[in-house]
Amino acid sequence: MDFNLSPDEEAFRQEVRTFLAENLGEGERDMATIAGFQKKVREKRWVGFSWPKEYGGGGGSIMEQVILKEEMAKAKAPPLGTCFMGLAWVGPAIIEYGTPEQKKKFIPDILDGAYQWCTGYSEPASGSDLASLSCRCEREGDTYVVNGQKIWTSIAMWSNWIILLVRTQTEVKSKHDGITCLLVPMDTKGITVRPIKNMAGGAIFAEVFFDDVRVPVENRLGEEGQGWGVTVSALAHERSSIAEVHGLSRILDDVKDLARRCRKNGRPAAENAGIRRRIARAEMRIEAMRLNGLRFLTKQLRGEKLGSETSINKLHRAELEVELGELALEIQGSRGPLWQGSDVVPDDGRWQRYALSWPEVVIGGGTPNIQKNIIAERVLGLPKD
Amino acid sequence: MNFGFSEEQELLRAEVRKFLDQNCSLDEVRKIAEKPEGFDRHLWGRMAELGWVGLTFPEAYGGVGLGWVDLVVVLEETGRSLFPSPLISTVLAGTAIERAGSDAQKERHLPGLADGSVVGAFALVEDADSLDADGIALRGARDGDAVRLEGEKLFVPDAPDADLLVVAFRSGDAVDSISLGIVERGAPGLSIDLLPGMDETKPTGRVRFDGVTLQSDAILGPVGGAWPLVSHLIDCGATAVTAELVGTVEGLHALTVDYAKQRIQFDKPIGQFQGVKHPLASAFVDIESFKSLCYYAAWQLDEDPAVASLAASRAKAYASEAAPRFGVDAIQLHGGIGYTWEYDAHLYLKRAKWARPAFGDADHHLERIASLGGL
Ligand SMILES: Cc1cc2nc3c(=O)[nH]c(=O)nc-3n(C[C@H](O)[C@H](O)[C@H](O)COP(=O)(O)OP(=O)(O)OC[C@H]3O[C@@H](n4cnc5c(N)ncnc54)[C@H](O)[C@@H]3O)c2cc1C
Repeated sequence: MDFNLSPDEEAFRQEVRTFLAENLGEGERDMATIAGFQKKVREKRWVGFSWPKEYGGGGGSIMEQVILKEEMAKAKAPPLGTCFMGLAWVGPAIIEYGTPEQKKKFIPDILDGAYQWCTGYSEPASGSDLASLSCRCEREGDTYVVNGQKIWTSIAMWSNWIILLVRTQTEVKSKHDGITCLLVPMDTKGITVRPIKNMAGGAIFAEVFFDDVRVPVENRLGEEGQGWGVTVSALAHERSSIAEVHGLSRILDDVKDLARRCRKNGRPAAENAGIRRRIARAEMRIEAMRLNGLRFLTKQLRGEKLGSETSINKLHRAELEVELGELALEIQGSRGPLWQGSDVVPDDGRWQRYALSWPEVVIGGGTPNIQKNIIAERVLGLPKD
Repeated sequence: MNFGFSEEQELLRAEVRKFLDQNCSLDEVRKIAEKPEGFDRHLWGRMAELGWVGLTFPEAYGGVGLGWVDLVVVLEETGRSLFPSPLISTVLAGTAIERAGSDAQKERHLPGLADGSVVGAFALVEDADSLDADGIALRGARDGDAVRLEGEKLFVPDAPDADLLVVAFRSGDAVDSISLGIVERGAPGLSIDLLPGMDETKPTGRVRFDGVTLQSDAILGPVGGAWPLVSHLIDCGATAVTAELVGTVEGLHALTVDYAKQRIQFDKPIGQFQGVKHPLASAFVDIESFKSLCYYAAWQLDEDPAVASLAASRAKAYASEAAPRFGVDAIQLHGGIGYTWEYDAHLYLKRAKWARPAFGDADHHLERIASLGGL
């Protein structure tokens, strides 16, 4: 057991720190600084850092990826690259399953952040039970014709491409068979996007309708009927939770600061025993997440495959996102239910918006119930329900 | 970066587990617990021979010279098998002597603690039930070069079996008036009695000092300078208790998961119901998490004890909440059989209840996390 870095790793950390100090600086950053930063991290191949070098990635080792993420998070740096879903799972899926032409066509654009990708998996009748999806797809010669609906498609209205799961076969033994993965331009005739307003008042996700949408067969990713495997392996690329841990730590620091500024019964909330305990408990759990992440990382470094243990940190994170938002509102007492625009709401309503944003994590990434099923069935070996 | 155990440590775990499986089944645990002495001297002696009692003591004094990460491996296994032994207490007494003792004191006491012939205990808490310096009221009055102790310690783990007690006392009102002394069984004015407890595998005692005299060679380090060491011993104790809890709660969890796979109701194994499987999944999340926190605290105790408090507090706070909670859940998930004396689940539940306040409950440690974190 040793939490220290090797000299090479330490040198890499220094390189990252120096780079960040030179290219980001402290405090507010203007658009030009951020644009310049994005260009430079791209040149350093830190965008797609984990991807193989032959595809324009950085070929970084697992440990280097962790160090890079950690330093970025500590410096509150903008994300590496701007094509979020492309970098998170579309790119890895294309690298694993794509044809040489698909790789050439899409990978450089994802790394450059040329445009956005969105993810068309969920449907009105298929959420947690994703494999039951029914968006219809028939083949006519060299063309697939898609009819159906997707929902909760984040950033659909700002995306040029969608990674889409459709059903090419209905008579199947297992519902996981007969699903096909297509890569579709969002400006294809027959696609309609209808934004959905969320409870915080913003519209970030949308319904997407497909009406005789024609997609060339060459836009299929992986084999016909094998789309489930493509998706599952791509989602498995979400690895350690290092970045999330640092994100949560930053929020917790701000919650502490809030507790020092807000008054409860005439005293600083930071002196209130109940508030102190909840802050401490959150801090303890964030640290548990960090250490769990390092334990799983060690398994990976030893060449072992990660099982479903990563659901552990997903559950922690889901609970922490809710708890930190609730805690921030409780610290504010009667100001808690106010909204931006009131002159007595702290931090211009940042915490109120935050307290209404947890569903992105808690529901968007597979609900806690589903994570518990995964642990119970795949780790503990309890019977499937 | 390597957050895992070495091959040697995995080997050690396998050895300890084999030894305990062979020698200390739960039936045996029940038998030992019923004896007047809260542990089995013979088994204890064999464990000491294998080097597990003096694992962290220097080789020069009969120890093995390993660290807390290694000790955690042993403690996880003793916790898993609910092995009744004064291991934690003896290690803490030895640690105090090793850290603050003179060469002569180490020479005199450590070999006996390491070889199992001397059982140690650490007498800290009193009626105030506090782990802060001002919770120590036991007075040590100067008497020439010696000190006379007047007062009482409570809730002292393993005191009824102890041959040697490391005792915290004060000679003034300030924090820098706390000292540690060594009191041996049979000292005039010393009396120890058992406080009957829920968990019979963890004998706990009251220790009375009616004018017990400590000669100068029984005082550890400079008079009045012991608080930092006491504080370190609390971190060690909290980490050690958490390490045992990792094994204990894993043991109870395995028992319960097994039962959930076998018990049929409504024509299905009950483990198929989410009302059963979800608490088991949640407990797994908790165990893995306080396990991570505990390993890190142990590593910190070896690497940089001065900053280990925060890590120890996080581990113990998490375990102190999660372990008793799962104790209750596990009984409930078993139904009626879980409530019986004959079924083993309650043995684990009681251990979790014993461990909750030992070296600080969640309340204590959460408050410490808050203040160490700048609140
Ligand atoms: C902010 C946000 C962004 C999203 N972005 C995208 C996106 O970009 N692309 C995309 O494809 N999807 C996206 N989603 C959809 C998301 O993946 C689904 O919402 C999620 O999988 C849950 O499906 P559902 O909403 O249909 O709820 P349901 O599956 O209907 O679940 C409803 C409730 O039932 C529970 N439940 C369901 N099945 C079980 C079971 N077997 N056992 C116990 N409890 C069960 C769930 O836990 C939940 O509490 C997004 C969602 C959100 C909230």
